Amino acid sequence: MTILESKAWEVLSEVEDPEIPVISVVDLGIVRTVEEANGMLHVAITPTYSGCPATQVIEDSVIDALRDAGLEPFEVKTVLSPSWSTSMISESGKQKLKEYGIAPPADDSTDKMALMAEERQITCPNCSSKNTLMVSQFGSTPCKAHFKCKDCLEPFDYFKCL
Amino acid sequence: MSDNTNRFNVALHLGDNALILGHRISEWCGHGPVLEQDIAMTNIALDLIGQAKMYFDYAAELEGNGHDHDYFAYKRDVLDFKNLLITEIPNGDFADTIARQFYFDQWHFLLLTELSKSDDPRLKEIAQKSLKEVTYHKRWSAEWVVRLGDGTDESKEKSQRAIDDIWSYTGEAFKPVEYEKGILPENLKEAWMNSVKLVLEEATLEMPFDEFMQEGGKTGIHTEYLGFILAEMQFLPRAYPDATW
Repeated sequence: MTILESKAWEVLSEVEDPEIPVISVVDLGIVRTVEEANGMLHVAITPTYSGCPATQVIEDSVIDALRDAGLEPFEVKTVLSPSWSTSMISESGKQKLKEYGIAPPADDSTDKMALMAEERQITCPNCSSKNTLMVSQFGSTPCKAHFKCKDCLEPFDYFKCL
Repeated sequence: MSDNTNRFNVALHLGDNALILGHRISEWCGHGPVLEQDIAMTNIALDLIGQAKMYFDYAAELEGNGHDHDYFAYKRDVLDFKNLLITEIPNGDFADTIARQFYFDQWHFLLLTELSKSDDPRLKEIAQKSLKEVTYHKRWSAEWVVRLGDGTDESKEKSQRAIDDIWSYTGEAFKPVEYEKGILPENLKEAWMNSVKLVLEEATLEMPFDEFMQEGGKTGIHTEYLGFILAEMQFLPRAYPDATW
């Protein structure tokens, strides 16, 4: 990794997700590659959900952060492949989600089970109980499902597998 | 037609399906039967509109006239749209919306599964990304078909009526038009019939008979409903060109 590349990663790891401000775009796996070629930085980012309204804000924040850090000239490109997956969220990212009150995605396997299949047990981020219930597969943002805890009775968000 | 023109039309067809159905479902925003389902429909609408953007970006690349995705959404008229008719029919009641979504999602899932192996790298990556989202849509609509069908007398009766009424809009997806040949997968009908049948059985609903099917959407022959959708969707960018937030 060149000095410029590592500086860029450092700068980008401070760029927060606009909806979940405790986690950076690097932790989320949105920044895919940073490469220096011919004196220019090439940054590739990938959208989470196709329709996520935060995508444009994230791209703008990435551009602003690189410019503010004096890393010009640079180019920010959106790539679709490999498509973003919750397995791209870093371990520290998952921990930060949990501390923020969002249950992190469970393992690598998906939640998209067959019709009426048994629900996966998600641990409550507030009281760590496994006695929880999915209220809706679709939650407050495209990336989250809506759960409630049957022990502490708190509703919570679950960052669903994609 | 050249291969590029065919690909351009396919990208518009897929983008138009996603845009028009996404717009239709978004009309439920603030009107859902319960808050959670209102949010579910808004989420599905967002996914679809995001998918439309990816297809339109690809269409713009193929066309090479300097247009962007907004051009394809806002600056074309009814005859230019290539969406399936099923995506433009009105929401009706909740049973109608669910029946339409169910038929569409079952097809969409099969289509994207095959398209994920396409030798067109752009269609392939868009399909791979969309498929993950559509898997959630498919599960949601099928669960509602079962819940309403195997529910109360009233929900069963309304669901059966909706399943029957919308049936005639399902044939078009399986009848290839010239531009899609060799690009989109064929022979999805059997798999679709099987999966639809399975869910309807679980829902204790009757499978409709195969009979007269509506068609035309893929070549720009639409129902009268599409014009009204476009009037609402395109008003602002046409009245205030290049308006920004």
